[in-house]
Amino acid sequence: MIEAIRALISEHGRLPVPVDSLDDSQDLYASGLTSFAAVQLMLALEDHFEVEFPETMLNRRSFASITAIKTCIEELVPKSAAA
Amino acid sequence: MCMVCGNFLDSLFTKGLLIDMGVEGLYGRSGIFEDVVERLTALITRIGKDGDAEVIRFPPGMNRKDFERSGYLKGFPQLAGTIHSFEGGDKEHATLLEKLHANVDWTDSQEITDVALMPAACYPLYPVVARRGALPKTGGLYDIYSYCFRHEPSRDPGRMQMFRQREYVRIGTPEQVVAFRELWLQRAQEMIALLEMPFALEVANDPFFGRAGRMMAASQRDQELKFELLIRIDSPENKPTACISFNYHQDHFGANWGIKNEEGATAHTACVGFGMERCTLALFKTHGLDVDLWPHGVRDALWG
Repeated sequence: MIEAIRALISEHGRLPVPVDSLDDSQDLYASGLTSFAAVQLMLALEDHFEVEFPETMLNRRSFASITAIKTCIEELVPKSAAA
Repeated sequence: MCMVCGNFLDSLFTKGLLIDMGVEGLYGRSGIFEDVVERLTALITRIGKDGDAEVIRFPPGMNRKDFERSGYLKGFPQLAGTIHSFEGGDKEHATLLEKLHANVDWTDSQEITDVALMPAACYPLYPVVARRGALPKTGGLYDIYSYCFRHEPSRDPGRMQMFRQREYVRIGTPEQVVAFRELWLQRAQEMIALLEMPFALEVANDPFFGRAGRMMAASQRDQELKFELLIRIDSPENKPTACISFNYHQDHFGANWGIKNEEGATAHTACVGFGMERCTLALFKTHGLDVDLWPHGVRDALWG
């Protein structure tokens, strides 16, 4: 899942640095993720993992790091599909 | 508030302060209403005069290409307005008139023009500043005033479709624009206190469209990028109305338009926006519909 998230960040995050240079826990906003790019990333994550982020997850914290995104996706993807 | 009819908008019509045009949110203004608007904007000028802002007045329409590039349609497609006009010859003109006479849709011969209605008074400023080249070390400070359009018909007099925004816009380093916003957060509170109106200051968000918009709004709130000064007017939810807003755009407009500081870094921007009709309505709501009966302190501040 981490690799898929990294690929989507690379494609939609419009970061000024390569995603490979970031740790999973690194702050994506501090690394240059803009609010607009975060929205594009959110929509791409929904498409890829076939989930819909609920209202409670539509905030900065959910997309603050690769680990934070993974935690959200794991919560949303049915256990059987994630396995 | 009118004690007989109970509805603030109706009482404004009855008193003749606003003039009904048959469309929600589109009103004529009386001489007395306009006098208050002018006195308010003069008061804002007095409060802001030490900044030596560059005065720029744009018409209520902007270059459609600039509008498209501004990003407004990403966040607020539901509020945007564009100007369309007839394109065609005699044959198409005859068809238009036939359809008009038959009371059917005549607008298929309308084509989009190069003009979009002003979404917010500061929107045309950023490309103008960008075209001038890098900012001086002191950055820029601009005094902006324009009619704006937002497509949100409502019976709430505080939610007009066409209304005026008076703005001061600061463009420069992050430190310069944050200091500017702090200054105006103070000044605006002092101004409204001078006008003897109860108010609240709150963290706010813009009405971004759709699910993506909810994320934008949450992000805006998390970072406290927008504050609003709220005064009670007459919203349907009986909530106070945002009359002045204080917005820190970070490098959103600077990056979009390529506005650079003296040393070549992307400029940050912030603005304080006064909703002129809302501030005026708040005065009428708070102090009554007869300006001669307003408190002495308020009259002195405006007409003194």
